Order: sequence, then C-alpha cells, then structure tokens
Amino acid sequence: MQAPDPGPMPYAHEYGTRLMVSAAVATTGIMVDGVPLKLKLRRAERMRKLKAVGLVAPLFLFIVVSFGIPIVVMLFNSIYDPYVAKLTPRTAVALAAWDGNDLPAEPVFEALALDLKDAQKAKQAALIGRRLNYELSGARSKLIVSAKAAAKLETGPYKEALIAADPMWGEHGTWTLLKRTTRAYTPYFFLSSIDLRYDANGEIEPVPEGEAVYQAVFVRTLLISATVTALTLVLGFPLAYLLATLPARTANILLIFVLMSFWTSLLVRTTAWFVLLQTQGPINDFLFYTGIVGERIQLIYTRFGTITAMTHIQLPFTLLPIYSVMKGISPSHVRAARSLGAGPFYAFWRVYFPQTMPGIAAGCLLTFILCLGYYITPSLVGGPTDQLISTYVALFVSSAGNWGMGSALGTILLVATLILFFIYNRLVGIERMRLN
Amino acid sequence: MTAGGAFVRFVDVQKTYDGEVLVVKNLNLDISKGEFITLLGPSGSGKTTTLLMLAGFEVPTHGDIVLAGESLKHLPPHKRDIGMVFQNYALFPHMTVEENLAFPLEVRRVSKADIATRVKRALDMVQLGVYAKRRPAQLSGGQQQRVAVARALVFDPKLVLMDEPLGALDKQLREQMQLEIRHLHQRLDITVVYVTHDQAEALTMSNRIAVFNNGEIQQLSTPDELYERPVSAFVAQFIGENNRLRGRVVAMNGTSCEVDVEGGGMVRALAVKVAGVGSPTTLSLRPERVRINPAAGSVPNLFPAKVEELIYLGDHIRTRVSVCGHNDFVVKLPNSEGSVAFQPGASVTVGWKMEDCRALDAS
Ligand SMILES: Nc1ncnc2c1ncn2[C@@H]1O[C@H](COP(=O)(O)OP(=O)(O)OP(=O)(O)O)[C@@H](O)[C@H]1O
Ligand SMILES: [Mg+2]
Repeated sequence: MQAPDPGPMPYAHEYGTRLMVSAAVATTGIMVDGVPLKLKLRRAERMRKLKAVGLVAPLFLFIVVSFGIPIVVMLFNSIYDPYVAKLTPRTAVALAAWDGNDLPAEPVFEALALDLKDAQKAKQAALIGRRLNYELSGARSKLIVSAKAAAKLETGPYKEALIAADPMWGEHGTWTLLKRTTRAYTPYFFLSSIDLRYDANGEIEPVPEGEAVYQAVFVRTLLISATVTALTLVLGFPLAYLLATLPARTANILLIFVLMSFWTSLLVRTTAWFVLLQTQGPINDFLFYTGIVGERIQLIYTRFGTITAMTHIQLPFTLLPIYSVMKGISPSHVRAARSLGAGPFYAFWRVYFPQTMPGIAAGCLLTFILCLGYYITPSLVGGPTDQLISTYVALFVSSAGNWGMGSALGTILLVATLILFFIYNRLVGIERMRLN
Repeated sequence: MTAGGAFVRFVDVQKTYDGEVLVVKNLNLDISKGEFITLLGPSGSGKTTTLLMLAGFEVPTHGDIVLAGESLKHLPPHKRDIGMVFQNYALFPHMTVEENLAFPLEVRRVSKADIATRVKRALDMVQLGVYAKRRPAQLSGGQQQRVAVARALVFDPKLVLMDEPLGALDKQLREQMQLEIRHLHQRLDITVVYVTHDQAEALTMSNRIAVFNNGEIQQLSTPDELYERPVSAFVAQFIGENNRLRGRVVAMNGTSCEVDVEGGGMVRALAVKVAGVGSPTTLSLRPERVRINPAAGSVPNLFPAKVEELIYLGDHIRTRVSVCGHNDFVVKLPNSEGSVAFQPGASVTVGWKMEDCRALDAS
C-alpha cells in the first residue's frame, strides 16, 4: 500500500540534482574541497593586498598630510573669504533684504555701525578694510576712520553719522561691494586672476586695458615654459643619443657632467648665471674684448637671460628620461632596418625615433610642468616683464597676505597642469612614461 | 676575378674587436648559390661576428668578402640586399606585423598595391595571415620568429642570414620551425647562411655545416660526412655522442694504426689525424657502432668489459660499461626484438671495427 511509485521519481531526482549542480557551477564556478575557487582566490589575494597596503601606508599618509591637505586648503581659499561675513553679521542680515537700488535704509546703516563698533573693540576693523581695499582702493584707511567714528556713536541716526565719517558710505558702489563681501564664498579671486572685475552695479566686466596683468602673465608663463622645453629637447636629444650609443665607460663619464648640474642646488646655479650674465660679467667681457660686440650688451634682466638659465637648469630633466628610454632600445632594431634596405637616416627616423617618443614625452612634460612653477630664476635674472605666475603667487601669499588671490592663481596653474597631464595621457599613455 | 660558382666568398677574413684577440682567424669559405649552410659552434666562437661582417655591420680587419662576384668592402648594409633574421628577432615594436613586413618594400618604393599583395603572400607563407594587425608584443615567441623570417624574405633577397633564430623556442616548436624553414628554403630557392649552436638543428637543416671553434673552421662538410667522419677530436665531440679513448700510437700501417690505450689494451684504429708513431691521440667511437658480445673473430677489436649502468630510453638502451680502464664508455643497444637485456655488473665483451674507430688529435 505504501510502496512508492518508483516510476519517474529517480529520473526526476537525478535530473533535479543535475540542474542544481550546473546552477552551482554557473553561479560560483569550480569548487575545491567544498570551497568555491573564486572565494579561495579572494582569500589568497586579500593577504597580498593587505601587505601592499602596509607597505605604501607611511608614504600615503605623508603625501596626504604634506600635499593633499594643503592643496585642498588652497582650492578652498581661492573661493572662500569669511572675514567680512564673520565681522559684520548684522550688516550681512540687513543687506540681504536690500534691493540694490539707491542707498540702503537707516536699519542697514545701524547694523553696520554696530558691527563696526564691535570690530573696533576687537581690533579687527582693519581686516574688513583690507578686503574692501582689494576692490576699492583707499577703502582700508577710510574704513578704519569710520570704525573709530562708529565706536563713539551712541544713538542714531546712523546714516548721516557714517556718511559724515566718510563720504564713501554715501556711494552706491560701496554698498554693492559690501554686500558681495558679506558672502563668504566668492568668485572674486578667480575673476581677478583672469583680469575681470565687478563694476559699481555688481556686473562683471574686464578690467581696463592698463590694469590687466594676469592673462598676460599666464600666456607668458606658457610661452616661456614651451620655449625652454623646446630648447632642452633640441639640446638634450642629440646628447642623449650620443650617451646611449657610446661605450658604457665613456657614456658614464659624460653622464656625470650632465648630472653635475643636477647635483648643484637650483639657487647656486641661478646665482652663477646671475654673475655670468652681468653687464660687467665674464660673458660680456669675452664678447667685448674679442670684438664680437662693440658695446656691452644687456643680458641680465632680460627674457634671453631667463630662458638661458632655465634651459640650463632643466636640461637634465628632459635628457634623462630620453636617455633611459634610448638605453632600452635594442641596437638590433636599427640594424634590422638597415639590412632591410633603409639608409641610416631613414632607419633612424622610422625605427629609432618613434621608439624614443615615451622618453621625449616624459622629459618634455616634466620640464614643462616644472617650468610653469619657476620662481627664483626669473626673479633673479629676468626683467619685470619676465616674471612667471609663481612670482605673483608668492607675492600675494608672502607679502600681501592675500591668500585668496594666491590660491586662485595657484589653482588655475594646477588645473592647467592637470589638463596637460590628461592630454599627455591620451596621447602617450601614462603607463608608457619612463622616468630615470 | 672570382672562382666560378661561388656566390659568397670569404677570402682570408680576420676580425678583431680589441686589437688583441682574433675573434675570426683567417676565414676562407665559399658558399654556392641555393645552398643552406650552417655555422655551428660553441658560444663565443665567432659565428655572429662572421654573419655581421657578411651583413655589413662589422668590418673585417683583414681580407675581403665577395658577394655575387662583387667585393662588399665599400657597400653599406642597406645596399647589400641581404635578408637577416636576428637572434632576438628585432621586430619593430611600434609597428604592426603588417607594417613590419611592408617596411623593406616601402624602402624599395614598391607601389602600395604591390606591397599589400606581397605582404599578404609572405604572411600566408608563414601561416600568420590572421595576425596582420597585431603588434609584435602581442604574439608568442614562435609567431614572432615566423614574422621575422617572413620579413627577411618578403623583399626576395638573394641571400638570407639567420642568427640562432630558434634559440628561444621550446623543443617541439623548434623542430616544427626547422622543417618550415627548410621547406621555405627549398621552395624559394634562396641561399641561406644559418647560425646555431644546436648540432641536431644543424644536421636537420643544412646542405653543409661549418664547425667553428675559436674563430676557425674546424671542418666543413655535409651533415653525414661530419657525423660519420669527423676530422678532429673537437668535431667528433661536438657533433653527436662520442666515446673517447686516450692513447699513444705505437705502429702505423697505411691507413690504420695501432694505439696503446691508457689503462690497458691495444686498439686498431683508422689513422685520421695522428702525427706518427709515439704521438698522443684520441680515439673516437660512436656508441651505436659498438657491439656487445660479438662473435669471436668478427671484429679486430675485442675487449672484456663490465656493465655499469643501464638507462632505458624507449627506442634504445644506453648501456654504460667500463672497458680499457675507461668507465664512461657508452654503448647504444637497439631495443629491437630479440635483443638481450643485461644486468649491471655483468661481464661482457665489447668490440668494434677498425674503420669505426677514428684516431684523431690529442686535444
Ligand atoms: N662588439 C664586440 N666588442 C668586443 N668583443 C666582441 C663584440 N662582439 C663579440 N665580441 C667577442 O667576440 C667573440 C665572438 O663573438 P660572437 O658574437 O661572434 O660569438 P658567437 O659564436 O655568435 O656566440 P653565441 O653562440 O654565444 O652567439 C666573443 O668572445 C665575444 O666576446
Ligand atoms: Mg651569436
């Protein structure tokens, strides 16, 4: 009665098992000792990964602290300027409601007077003045005077009192400026970095012809960097080729001469050029006494001097990657080309030269990017119109205390560098770059 | 004026790199058209140097090389019309297979359409048509090697030089490639100078083999001649397996001689390279020419021996015996029907014919 029907059951059972097995293979792959192979692989890989992480962790932390964080701070500083907002909280609230037409009403003046009073007490009125001064020259001293006056005010009407303290408070432009500066996040520094500014109505306009500086500086920075890069390539490529083809002993001796300038500090080398290029210096002496020139020529404080010194300093940076790539090119390639019927020049051009491209690209990219950041050399041997963007960054940060401008210029430089880098990556591929 | 027939002639060629050591010493070699000649020798014996001088990448310090009746002295490499396969292939890494093959044709200003057909034909010849668009780095060693061969042949050179082209390949692929190159040589009717230090490869492929040692040709002959009748102890040792017995000549009678082998026994041998009575000599004897327990009187040399070791190698059994005071004497016993299996330690006699035992120089 209870005998089960043996008919289709085993078959169904077997079929089911088979289905299950094939499903298991499909989802988890091959099994070893009851553990999926993929899982085993992952476990084995995990140890290796942990080891790798442990090895790079110290450097990674160092880079984050010394490089990553400063860059983030710089990016932030280029759009963030909170002093005015912090020091004038009442004014900020009051101005938010201002429609921007005519002068603001009495409550706004009152808010400002109270804020200035507090600022004066905290001895921080000058900070507000400094920020206003970026866009309105003379505003710093005027604000300090106003703050002193505001400190003495007990009752209103504040409007007349402030305008009496300084007439700038009666001007519409002062208030649009103040309203802008009470916002902590500002595009002002970036606009200034590309020679734009706000007009009295808060509209963006180009700065007048005579005051535009930075666009020209950026163009000049790119131009000088490109020139120096091209010169180092023209000078370095044949030398790298010579070094790569000479017997090892001779090549090493020559290489030491190249590296010698590498081992000397940049400041020392620049100072050497400073001495050499003087109007009464050795180069002029030589040219003058040999009669090549009739009159001593201006070498120092010129574009020529800047480019010469920079080319000298950058030469090893371009040369070494090219040299190292050339060392790796088997001489049998050119031989093969010759045996296949190519003349010496054609074999070089079609077979050797293309293989040096990763080195050329790496060397030129390195030199170009380093040139973008040159500061000491142009300021020592260059004239006023030979200064690169870094000079201005340094000027803003160290002398003027204007972190916003310094950061904005620095950010633009960084972005330009990154763009170059990505172009390089698209053209050559970063994995093919070989440094020495 | 050139002697009739020779396509390539080395005339008294010497080469030194450093002014002290002659890497190639007084090389005289005639190669006729259509020949497959192999330069065989140990590492550093000057094979590559010889090839490079022929291709034009090294200049002979002395002597002259003549190609098709023309001295090569002032002919730069790219005008010699010699195809070369380099030891490391030397494929251009930045070009595809197709571009590599087109290179010699572009240099010769062949028209675009012709280039396409000839490249395709060359690729089909080495069965690599489907890899035309790949870079050399994306090919296996054997495929790269075939591309290198195709590139050296695609412009129909008069002469093709190959410098250990199969050195980097595994045994199976190497043997397959040996046959392919041999067939190409027969089919295209080209002259090939081939370099290797693998003797089996040399025997398989060549019309003639030049055995190099220390910058000198030791022997230049056909593969069978080289194997059967080596003229020096070096060649005998270098080509194939070889039993060496050292001794001193005690009597000369015409082409044969009597040698007193160190450690006991008088051996009758073929006098090939002996200075005369009293001079030292090395007897050379191929393992497959030695018989075990031959019928008495059937061979002139018959010695008691002891079986030391047996190694089973499938088609034959390598049997090491000690005889005449030498315990590294090898006998190859064919694993054929009815052959007797010996036990280590068994006492046997070994014997060989006079003409199979060659008395060579003492080195
Ligand atoms: N460019 C060179 N400069 C100096 N000596 C060299 C040079 N090329 C080769 N030699 C020397 O010449 C000798 C012969 O070298 P060669 O390359 O001809 O040997 P080979 O027979 O091809 O050896 P292998 O089988 O190892 O390739 C070697 O002793 C080598 O050291
Ligand atoms: Mg060699």
